[in-house]
Amino acid sequence: MANPLKCDLCSKPATVHLTQIVNNKVHKVDLCEACAQAKGVTDPSGFSLADLLLKASLNPEPAATGVRCEQCGFTQNDFKKLGRFGCPACYDTFRSVLEPMLENMHSGTTHAGKVPTRALERKSLYDRLTKLELDLTEAIKSERYEDAARTRDEINQVKQAFNQQATR
Amino acid sequence: MTISSLLETPSELTDSASSKTAIVLMTRVRLARNLAGFSFPGWAKAPQREEVFAKCRDAVAAAPQMKRCFNVAIGELSDLERQVLVERHLISRELSGAKGGAGVIISKDQAFSVMMNEEDHLRIQVLRAGFNLKKAWSTINDLDSTLEDHLDFAFSPTLGYLTACPTNLGTAMRASAMMHLPALVISNQMEKVVRAVNQLGMVVRGLFGEGSDASGSIFQISNQTTLGESEEEIIKRLGSVLQSIVEHELNARAKLLEADAGKLFDKIGRAYGILQNSHLLSSSEAMNLLSLIRLGVDLGAFADGNRSVIDRLFIEAQPGHLQYAQKGEFEPGQRDMLRAERLRAEFANFTRPDFSFNQPEKN
Ligand SMILES: [Zn+2]
Ligand SMILES: [Zn+2]
Repeated sequence: MANPLKCDLCSKPATVHLTQIVNNKVHKVDLCEACAQAKGVTDPSGFSLADLLLKASLNPEPAATGVRCEQCGFTQNDFKKLGRFGCPACYDTFRSVLEPMLENMHSGTTHAGKVPTRALERKSLYDRLTKLELDLTEAIKSERYEDAARTRDEINQVKQAFNQQATR
Repeated sequence: MTISSLLETPSELTDSASSKTAIVLMTRVRLARNLAGFSFPGWAKAPQREEVFAKCRDAVAAAPQMKRCFNVAIGELSDLERQVLVERHLISRELSGAKGGAGVIISKDQAFSVMMNEEDHLRIQVLRAGFNLKKAWSTINDLDSTLEDHLDFAFSPTLGYLTACPTNLGTAMRASAMMHLPALVISNQMEKVVRAVNQLGMVVRGLFGEGSDASGSIFQISNQTTLGESEEEIIKRLGSVLQSIVEHELNARAKLLEADAGKLFDKIGRAYGILQNSHLLSSSEAMNLLSLIRLGVDLGAFADGNRSVIDRLFIEAQPGHLQYAQKGEFEPGQRDMLRAERLRAEFANFTRPDFSFNQPEKN
């Protein structure tokens, strides 16, 4: 037979061919006997292709580019091996690897659900406070006392907002 | 709260079965959450795991929903205790095998359970008896918001809640229902149903046993994708899929009664006889027999109140519960004997099936 299909996971000749329709998109996976067994897909109707597709789409990647997550030291190779990320910041580091996979994995590529509004508000207040405190130190150091007084007022306002949020 | 008092307290799952729970036994919603600035549990070094565990544990235990909760590090539990919690759907197999810096907090009524340092820092779960997706979502949404006041969750405006595995991104929500579908199984329609449900973006698996082996004809149906839709949209879509499965099951039951009621009653009657008299019962045989009795309850051959007895036995016939009740570990052969003994006792005073509901009406 010309050009027999290869297993998506290990590239031996594939004998098990699965099709699953997810969100109106047809996903095909070809597996060798051994991988099909190992993945427990002897009953093709009862399992989810999502995890499998994730691993399969990782396999044809070229050798790791040596990118490393600054936060946690995770590499693209680690992702290939584990199918999981190392830390939340990995999502920024490996954005270009992840983005093409999302479309196959999910029904959309943009979040449309709950937003942790209060936590985000808290964080932005905290960031603002940190910046203002830095400004204040700068202003005092360079003897810009009017600026310092204004910054101090702002700091008090932010602190008040912070407390209000905490007791709301 | 100790594990023994937890297990003795009436729970959402084992003690509230009514006719409302006839086909959908229970609804579950699970949210994955992670703390910003910390490695995911699978990648974190031991000290960081401990730090995250302590932070999460404080925040969860302080939530009003967790008053007088069961709060434990996984290392403090014996193998058998872990297995019991897995069989009750309160912790996952993955958590039960976790090393240090992991644990669970379970509310007194077992409606809420929060796993810490499973695949994600937090796996928040709510269980509700019956078909109750909206209520389950609103209660878990409240608990999540409470936790959000004390924890900084890793979140991206475009990708949503950031999770260790990208298949959970976005809402990071799995909503599911546990359904009893004996008539679809008996009439060999399950494969067709699974395929149809898959096409709608939902996943079906057998609940007991690994993989898609569905002893007891109990299946779990859940959403497959988490990014691109809101929680409410996912729940609405899942709800309508569940509703149509319920209708198919009811149709299949009506057809079985119409085509060959005698054959169906024979199955139920034999199940009753075996449960009353057998001396060796494997877990999967017991599940299948109990499933037939439960179908009998739904049809009216047994009193409605027996449904909750069966639902409790579904859980108590599991290997972990069986051994926990006997306060020891036993070989599979001995377990089959214990299981049969337990079920014989339970069915000794169980009223015989009465199939007169199916008699043609006399004028
Ligand atoms: Zn292979
Ligand atoms: Zn990272």
